[in-house]
Order: sequence, then structure tokens, then C-alpha cells
Amino acid sequence: MSGLSRSKSPMGALVVVAVLAVGVIAPYFLSRYQIGLATQILIFGMLAMSIDILVGFTGRTSLGHGAIFGTSTYVVLYCVTQAGMSPYLAVLLGIMSATVLAAIFALLAVRTNGVYFLLLTLALGMIVWGICLRWTQVTGGENGLRGDIRPKALADYKDFYWFILALAAMVTFGIRRFVNSPFGLTLRGIRDSDSRMRSLGYNVPLHLFIGFTMSGFFAGVAGAVYAFFNNFVSPSTVALTQSVESLLMAIIGGVGTLYGSFIGASALIALQNLVSSHTERWQSVLGITFTLIMIFAPEGIVGKFRALRAKYSAKH
Amino acid sequence: MDIAPATFETFGEDMAEIALTLSGVAVAFGALRAVDGVDLSIPAGQRRAIIGPNGAGKTTLFNAITGVVPPTEGRVVFLGHDITNLPPHKRAALGIARTFQITNLFPSLSVEENMVLALRGLSPQKFSLFGSPDLSTADQDRITRALRLAGLADRSATVVTEMAYGDQRQLEIALALVATPRMLLLDEPAAGLSPSERSIVADVIRGLPKELTVILIEHDMDLALGLVDYVTCLHEGRLLVEALPADIRTDARVQEVYLGKPHHA
Repeated sequence: MSGLSRSKSPMGALVVVAVLAVGVIAPYFLSRYQIGLATQILIFGMLAMSIDILVGFTGRTSLGHGAIFGTSTYVVLYCVTQAGMSPYLAVLLGIMSATVLAAIFALLAVRTNGVYFLLLTLALGMIVWGICLRWTQVTGGENGLRGDIRPKALADYKDFYWFILALAAMVTFGIRRFVNSPFGLTLRGIRDSDSRMRSLGYNVPLHLFIGFTMSGFFAGVAGAVYAFFNNFVSPSTVALTQSVESLLMAIIGGVGTLYGSFIGASALIALQNLVSSHTERWQSVLGITFTLIMIFAPEGIVGKFRALRAKYSAKH
Repeated sequence: MDIAPATFETFGEDMAEIALTLSGVAVAFGALRAVDGVDLSIPAGQRRAIIGPNGAGKTTLFNAITGVVPPTEGRVVFLGHDITNLPPHKRAALGIARTFQITNLFPSLSVEENMVLALRGLSPQKFSLFGSPDLSTADQDRITRALRLAGLADRSATVVTEMAYGDQRQLEIALALVATPRMLLLDEPAAGLSPSERSIVADVIRGLPKELTVILIEHDMDLALGLVDYVTCLHEGRLLVEALPADIRTDARVQEVYLGKPHHA
């Protein structure tokens, strides 16, 4: 057997274990508000990572993932609050609906690339937003859907945090396994040259369809548990800003790095909360911060760190 | 450089006598007919050069054969299958491989990853969503053989962007070979190479398995005519001459399209 697996350094495994350990004990040191932020970071980190499958590993930038994520949230809240279903069944239906929606997006978008892919996913996301806004009987319109839907076993905020931490670890493992699989390699091949992939016998649209749908599945997982976290959904959850913010998280962390998505989510959510508590002009501060990151670390925080480490290793 | 010949699998007994037949193939881009009614028949196992001045339609003809550009008119038959309307990946599945005039690799991946993608193009393993990325011993052997044939035996861990241009051209050939195609189309494999690199590429082409049908586009006439059994000359999208390499140099029509008509006072 040959080792095509990405480097499995003991140091990398040690860092993962250390981060997980810190994550597990964090609730003993953090306030309720801070644990809430950490939970939010983990959920949006999963969403950003699902986007990274497309942006970092397939070379396709999606602006429709907010809609896929939010659809899952809507379905979970609707099933529990309106249809009286079990929250666990609702989560399954939420993930399924997000995956089906992603498959529909994929069918329409896989024959495009570049700016056309971006615009098509944006337009599809806008359609979903329009439906959520106008289909008042089902979605609650501008008022959205509200209800205390979290299962009793997860009612305590610390228990819920640990549940999300375990889920984030599993999703990270799953996505890592997916992008490093033989199929994941085909996505990286499409990113580099889809014309060469076709000449080698690959049905490129089919691979993009599967890649997009899998990405939507993981976005759906994040959206379903977001319903438990927020107990509320409105059209803003499926809006373009949701897609853009999640994409920004992936970019700030470093596209193609996977773990960077959690760093990006931490940076964005922490900055939003910290800065907004000090000034009303927090959006301007965020804008300047992201501009500086894009100028000095266009490969993202994790990408920059890896580049510096490679440079250091080359010198010594 | 190590270019010891590798042994390739034979293709079985289903090999038709004629590998490729083009009947009245035309490719039009608006009013421009880049390929204009070409008829061509290439026996299995033959080495055929397609020559012609710039704009003769050579690469467009390759694109029509491989499905990158569907023919506007005519019919393409490969080993008895009408492939005129098949997409590129289905033509590849029938055994048509190609290289590109402008290097077309996976630049951010290693040589080995490039080879794995080429090897798995026709394998169901490419759909393994959560499987191990590791190679079986048999696949590893095939990759090693193809890399050895292309003179890149010791480069498997190198990332493509770190390779010299000449090595990238050789990798192009290795990618096309690893899945044991039945017909290989080489689009200017020696373009932009130094004389010594050209000589290496020529040795690689000479070392290709005898069963493999090879169609070669090459501007370097000395190189092309030294590698093939038969030559087709195109001019303005049309077939001008078909002849043996020895006859093509002295053919007045070929000299005319390459050098122009002599002016008489």
C-alpha cells in the first residue's frame, strides 16, 4: 500500500487532542454567555467547513449555503412547533430537506463555474429567502417560527455545548475523511483542471453534483442543531448575509484547511460580539479588520500559519 | 534519465483492424470552418503524424476526436463504436487518451496524486466517498511503470508546480498512459522543450507499447517524421496529403503550404 493520506504527524494529532480537551473542560471556566458564544462558533464552524468543501477543495464558491443551512433550521422548527413531531425526527427531516435542496441547487449549478456559479447559487439562495418571507402560513413570514424545541436531555446549556462539541468533532472527522478519500481527490482534480479530468474519463458534472450535495448535507447538520440553539428562525437565517458571513468564516480561517473554518468562525463571532459591545460602528471595524486580513494573509489565518511554518522548516 | 521501457498489458483480441475512422468531419466556429470535411482512417497500432502549418486545424481535429468540441458535421468511429456524440469522459472510457498542446496537469497536486487521478478515471473506486486514499500494490506498480516509461521514476512526491517544464511535458504523457489506453493523441508533446528534452520525449514515444495507436501533432518535422509510420498533412482545415514519412518531405504540395509558392519572374 502506498500512503496518499495527508500527513498524519504526531504533533498534529496532539494539537487536535489538546484543542478537544480544552473544549471539553471549557464550560467549567466560562460564563453562560461565553459558552453560548462557543456553541455558536462550533455550529457556524461546521457550516463554514461545509462551504470549504466547495471553495477550498472543489474551486467553486457558493453563496447559497445560508439558504441550505436555514432550510434545515426552518424544517426542524416547523416539524416540532407546528407538526408536533419529536425533535430527533425533526432533525433527521431537517438534514434530509437541506440535502435535497442542495441536490436541486447542484443540478442547476454544476455546469457553471467561476462568477456564474457564484451568481447562480446566490440567485437560488434568494429564491429560498423569498419563499421563507412570503409563504407566511408555513414559515411565519417576517415573524418566523419560535418555540422551545430543544430536547430535555440537552436542555442544560452545558450539556448542549458538549453535545455540539461532540457533533462538531464527528462532522470534522467526516469531512476530513471525505476530502481525503478517492472521491475527495477527484474534487481537487476538478479544482485544478476540469478539462483534464474530462479527458481522463471523469464525468465532471456528476462529481460536482455529489460534492455539492455532500456539502449541503453537512450544512444541513449545522442548520438542524442551530434550531436547537436558537429556538427561532426567520428569513434572515436563509438570507444572503448568512451565506456571505459563513463564506467569510471559511476565507478568514483559510480555504482548503478545514480546521480554519473554526478559527474563522471564532474570529468573526468574537469580533462581532466584542466590538459591538464597545461601539455602534462595529461593522466598520469588522470591515477594516477583514480588509487587513485579506491584504496581509490572503490565504487565511491557518493558511498563513502553515506558510510561515513551511518557510521556517525550509530555513532550518 | 531512466527511460527503461515498461511492459504494458496487451489489449486482448477484440482489437479491430481500423482504430479510428473519420468521415467528412467538420468543425465550424460561426463562419470559420476550422476542420472542413476530413476523411481519415487509422489502422490499430499505427503511429500517425498530423502535420500542417499554424491554423491548419490539427488541434481542432484532436478536439473533435476526443469530444472537447463536438463535430458540426460528419462521423467519428473508434474501434467500431460511433463516438460522434459522446462526451469526452465516455470517449476516455473507450480507451482514447490525449495530451494537451498547453500543459494541462493538476498543478497543486503531487506527481503521484496526478497519476492516481489518471489511473482511477475509469475505475469505480473514484466514487469512494469515505474510503482510504491509499493505493493497492497493483495500482502502485502501474503508476511506477508509467512513470518509469515517461522518465519520471524518482519524481512521485514532487508537486507539479515545482517541476521543470520538460518534466511536466513528460508527466502529460505518463498521465495519458497509466490507464492503458487503446489510442493516444499527443498534441505537440515537444513544444517549448530544449533539444535534449526533445530527445528524451522522442525516446519516451519510441518506447510506447507497439499495440497502442498513436496520433501525433508536432511542428518539428524531423522529430515527427522520425517517430511515425504514416503522415497526414492538413491545410486550412482540409486533408491535403497522406503519405509515408519518406515521401512527405519531397511532396510539392506540402512544401508549398509550409514554404509558400515559388515566385517566377
